[in-house]
Amino acid sequence: MKYHWNWGIFFEQIKYGDETYLSWLISGLGWTVAVSLASWVIALLLGFAIGTVRTTPRTWLVRLGNAYVELFRNIPLLVQMFLWFFVVPEFLPRNLSLWVKQEMPAKEFVTATVCLGLFTSARIAEQVRAGIQSLPRGQRMAGLAMGLTLPQTYRYILLPMAFRIIIPPLTSEFMNVFKNSSVAFAIGVLELTFQARQMQEDSEQGIETYLAVTVLYFVCAFIANRMMAFIEKRSRVPGYIAAAK
Amino acid sequence: MAMIEIRDVSKWYGTFQVLAECTSQVEKGEVVVICGPSGSGKSTLIKCVNGLEPFQKGEILVNGIGVGAPGTNLPKLRSNVGMVFQHFELFPHMKVIENLTVGQIKVLGRSRDEALRKAHALLERVGLKDFEQKNPGELSGGQQQRVAIGRALAMDPICMLFDEPTSALDPEMIGEVLAVMQDLAREGMTMMVVTHEMGFARNVAHRVIFMDEGRIVEDATTEDFFGTPRSDRAQLFLSRILRH
Ligand SMILES: Nc1ncnc2c1ncn2[C@@H]1O[C@H](COP(=O)(O)OP(=O)(O)O)[C@@H](O)[C@H]1O
Ligand SMILES: [Mg+2]
Repeated sequence: MKYHWNWGIFFEQIKYGDETYLSWLISGLGWTVAVSLASWVIALLLGFAIGTVRTTPRTWLVRLGNAYVELFRNIPLLVQMFLWFFVVPEFLPRNLSLWVKQEMPAKEFVTATVCLGLFTSARIAEQVRAGIQSLPRGQRMAGLAMGLTLPQTYRYILLPMAFRIIIPPLTSEFMNVFKNSSVAFAIGVLELTFQARQMQEDSEQGIETYLAVTVLYFVCAFIANRMMAFIEKRSRVPGYIAAAK
Repeated sequence: MAMIEIRDVSKWYGTFQVLAECTSQVEKGEVVVICGPSGSGKSTLIKCVNGLEPFQKGEILVNGIGVGAPGTNLPKLRSNVGMVFQHFELFPHMKVIENLTVGQIKVLGRSRDEALRKAHALLERVGLKDFEQKNPGELSGGQQQRVAIGRALAMDPICMLFDEPTSALDPEMIGEVLAVMQDLAREGMTMMVVTHEMGFARNVAHRVIFMDEGRIVEDATTEDFFGTPRSDRAQLFLSRILRH
C-alpha cells in the first residue's frame, strides 16, 4: 500500500462546508484547553480542601476524605466519563434529572469538566495530604502555640509550605489534565481528539492529522510544565532544603 | 494566685501513663527549671500547660484560666503564653520579620505598622536587626532560636515556656541563647524551662523540678536542689549530668 502524503491538507476545505481542516483542529484545541483549565480549577480547589481535611484531628472527616480519594482513584477515567454522562443523571431528583438531560447548556462540556475535575482532585488530595504530613510536627504546634486557630495555622503556616513541597507532583498533574482531557471525546465533547477523528475520516489523511494533534498536545503539556516551573522558581524559599527532614 | 497552677495532672497515651499526678505551681516572675531523664514526660508536661497536649485528669490554670476546661478559648490563652521549641520551628517561608509580625497581626489584630515597630525593637534586643529580611534557613541555629524567642515575645506573653531550647545547638551557640533567656528572667518574666543546662538552672532558676517516669519526684528551691536533693534518682541524674 502506498500512502499519499499531503501536508497541505490542513488548509484545504472540508468535504461539505467551507471551513478548513485547520479550523476544526483549532476549535478542538480551544475545547481541550477549556476543559483542561476548568477541570484544573475544580481539581485544585477540591484537592486542597480534601487533602487538608485528611490531616486534621477530626476522624470522621479523615475517613470521608480517604473514601473520596479511593473512590475516584480506583475507577478508570473513561468509565467515570460514561458514569457521569449516562448514569449519574438518572439518580438525580426528577426535575433536576430532566433539566440535566434536556436543557443543561453545554452538557457534554460541563459533564466532562466535572468528571475530570473530580478525578484529578482525588490525586491532588493525595499529594496535599502527603505534603502536609511531611512537614515537621512542630510547625503545627508553633502555629497553634502563638494563638492561631487550626484553620489559620493551615492557611498561613502549613499549606504555604506543603504547596511548595508538592510543586513537582502538581506539575505532572497539570500536564496530565491536558492529556486526560482527550477522554472527553467519548461523550461527544468537540475537543482535539474528537476533531482529529473527524478530520481523519473526512480527509483520509490520518497520519498528518494525528501527527499534528500529537504536536498540539505536546505543546499544551509543555506550556503547562513551563508555567509550573515559573511558579516553582518564584516561590522558592532561600536557605530551605526540602531534603533536610 | 500563681501564674501557672498544675494540680494532680495525669495523662495517658493509650494504656501508657506519661504523666502521673503532677502537681506544682509557678508564681508570677518565677523561673522554674524542669529536668530529668529523656522520656520522663518533661515536654509533655509543658505542652499541657498551653493545651497543645490534652490531659485526662487534674487541672491546669494559667493566670486563673482552666486550660482543660470546656469553655476555654484556647487560641486566646495560647496567645498569652510564649513557647520556644527545641527545633526552633520558625516558619521557613516567611522572612524573619514576618515570623515576628504574623501572630501580632492575625491573632492580636495589631496594625502592620505597630507589629513592625514591635518586631524591629525585639530583633534589636536579641541582636539580629540586620537579619530581618533573611529567611530562617539562612540563619545559624543560635540565631534561629533567638528569632524564635523574639517571635514569642512579640505577642507580649504573660509567661514563657521553653522546651530544651539549647539541646539542638552546637556548643558555641548555646551561650548566646542562654544570655537572652537570662536577660528575660532578670526582667521578671515568668518562665518554665525544660533544660539540662545546670549552670543556667543554678544562676537563674528560683526552683528546680526533677521528673522521672511521668512523676515530679523533686520540686525544690535551687539551693536545696543543688545542695541536698532528696531522691536517689535526682542525685544519680545530677552526678551524671554534672560530670560532662
Ligand atoms: N504522641 C505520643 N504517643 C505515644 N507516646 C508518646 C507520644 N509522645 C510522647 N510519648 C511518650 O511519652 C513519654 C514522655 O515523652 P516526653 O514528654 O517527650 O519526654 P521528655 O520530654 O521528658 O524526653 C516518652 O516515653 C514518649 O515515648
Ligand atoms: Mg522532650
